[in-house]
Amino acid sequence: MRDTVIPNNVPYAISRYSAEELKEALKKMYLIRKFEEGAEDSYMRGLIHGTMHLSIGQEASAVGSCMSLSDEDKITSTHRGHGHCVAKGADLSRMFAEFFGKESGYCKGRGGSMHIADPSKGNLGANGIVGGGLPIAVGAALSAKRLGTGAVTICFFGDGANNEGAFHEALNMAKVWNLPVVFVCENNKYGMSTSTERSTAVKNIADRAVAYAMPGVTVDGNDFSAVTEAVDAAVERARNGEGPSLVENVTYRWRGHSKSDRNRYRTKEEIAEWQSRDPIAAMAKLLVDHKIATEDEVAGIEADATRIIEEAIAFATEGDNPKIEEVTRDVYTEETAS
Amino acid sequence: MNMHSKTDLRELSYAEAIREAMDIAMVRDERVILMGEDIGVYGGAFGVTGDLVEKYGTDRVMDTPISELGGAGVAVGAAMTGLRPIFEFQFSDFATLGMEQIVNQAAKIRYMLGGAVSVPVVMRFPSGSGTGAAAQHSQSLEAWTAHVPGLKVVQPATPADAKGLLLAALEDPDPVMIYEHKILYKMKGHVPDGYYTTPIGKAAVMREGKDLTIVATSIMVHKALDAAETLAAEGIEAEVIDLRTIRPMDRDTVLASVRKTGRLVCVYEAVKTLGVGAEVSAMVAESDAFDYLDAPIVRLGGAECPIPYNPELEKAVVPQVPDILEAARNLARGRV
Ligand SMILES: Cc1ncc(C[n+]2csc(CCOP(=O)(O)OP(=O)(O)O)c2C)c(N)n1
Ligand SMILES: [Mg+2]
Repeated sequence: MRDTVIPNNVPYAISRYSAEELKEALKKMYLIRKFEEGAEDSYMRGLIHGTMHLSIGQEASAVGSCMSLSDEDKITSTHRGHGHCVAKGADLSRMFAEFFGKESGYCKGRGGSMHIADPSKGNLGANGIVGGGLPIAVGAALSAKRLGTGAVTICFFGDGANNEGAFHEALNMAKVWNLPVVFVCENNKYGMSTSTERSTAVKNIADRAVAYAMPGVTVDGNDFSAVTEAVDAAVERARNGEGPSLVENVTYRWRGHSKSDRNRYRTKEEIAEWQSRDPIAAMAKLLVDHKIATEDEVAGIEADATRIIEEAIAFATEGDNPKIEEVTRDVYTEETAS
Repeated sequence: MNMHSKTDLRELSYAEAIREAMDIAMVRDERVILMGEDIGVYGGAFGVTGDLVEKYGTDRVMDTPISELGGAGVAVGAAMTGLRPIFEFQFSDFATLGMEQIVNQAAKIRYMLGGAVSVPVVMRFPSGSGTGAAAQHSQSLEAWTAHVPGLKVVQPATPADAKGLLLAALEDPDPVMIYEHKILYKMKGHVPDGYYTTPIGKAAVMREGKDLTIVATSIMVHKALDAAETLAAEGIEAEVIDLRTIRPMDRDTVLASVRKTGRLVCVYEAVKTLGVGAEVSAMVAESDAFDYLDAPIVRLGGAECPIPYNPELEKAVVPQVPDILEAARNLARGRV
């Protein structure tokens, strides 16, 4: 991180982060995109059963939000969690192995796409339950405060989750107890087929912050610098004991909600419009424009990501399946008779 | 609706049969509305509501926000005051978020108010494993609601019963919980045309036999019938009972069968312990049918763990046809 005063006209992220950090961020964004494409491809080829929720188009939100976090800081994630996992530093091979249901995967093949987690990096897990992570994030922040660890928790959730009771209860408690948590809403405009206009009484999800007396801000979630600027400020407030904040990253998922989505609730034009606002292309341009990286370097970063994903898929393919005799392992910490 | 010609041979999928029931109910009764997540233009996560929104509009086919507790509660309140809501939980797992309204409100309001009101709400719960969706999207939690007096709980196994039980649920003045198995949605079967109801609280003898009784629920009915076919070739005649309703349970049908065969296997997908099988077993043990038993009762249920993601593990944690065969052979040959 650079310790400089931010000059005018230079985007926040450029003045705040080193060239290495920024190039690493771009690489993570490519890794997310290519992980998702690899996942989709594996599914199409019948290598995977089940479903998946791809975050293609939302990479700036995941990576930008985690920029100022260390491995001690925590995140909670969602069903659309592959990106958060990569952003928080997960190993791509173990992610793919989990996706393939292998013993070498993060959850030893028990969890799959929707439950990939890496607690060693502060990732407390994706979640199959919409809104399930919100109170858990508040709990992690409570631990940090009581135990004096200085850790901050970022709680990722979708626009759809803001209509669950858990959202409202979590924000209220976070404020009442003044906890170090940042609620990051990834508003991709739809919860499955239901648009925020049809599901949510307020215009911006960030408007909900008023009800819980915390700062709330809406930013362009496809603009890496805008995301980091808003989330970094919220993380800093949390670290300084100033309590929770709500940040809304407005973004878009390019793919359907899951594999069964026929996209009947949105238009091709809308999808194309958002695809023209590719957060990765924008990030690459940002780095080139500010002479952080040359175009060749960007191409090299992308090629690196492609190679890592290929290796990850190979690793996952070779892995062993879990043993059926061990299916009840880990239900309890100690082996317990039923 | 075509009432004549060869409609008796007509086959529908389980999902289509449910949709037809909702369609018929909505024509017959203006008070019927559908509520749930993504049941409108999306057609429901499993396509059950399909295009009903085009026919009835968004006033009667209502997409709720992702608010299970609130949505279930709105359905309860509407049912108390003149509407006949059919509320779909997108997956039965998410009904855990709506449990308050189901267990504390819907089930108890009539009793607490001394019978002054009824809560004629119908709730649908897509359940079960087999889709690779792992621990939070694959559960069979029907025993949870079946534990609560005031609720009625059904588990249709066939397209015809899926339709008939839904229409019966709508006629019922009390809250009826319908657990549908996701893997059955695509299964086809004969479905009678037009309006009819399948009685709540009545089991169905799906196959008669003299050597042992297999009491099954939901998808396990089909596995039991498969197994019975194989057993018949081996000279073992299994009687297969589809329980259909788990609260109130059809005691008479089960006990009569056990008195006849003297051997009982219960098979269900939910976790084995403290589930439907325990109740069926106790029902037999507490009755005169106990005297007719020639062997201990056998329960086949889900393993004592969440549903795992890996497909091989996922299959291994719920009873399969070979498990039923093994249990039945052992019982019939006196090895238990
Ligand atoms: C409690 C609960 N209700 C419903 C679902 C089914 N479901 C999974 S994701 C989803 C949409 C979530 O929308 P949002 O929070 O905006 O996240 P996005 O999918 O857009 O990333 C729904 C309805 C669920 N998993 N959990
Ligand atoms: Mg969304």
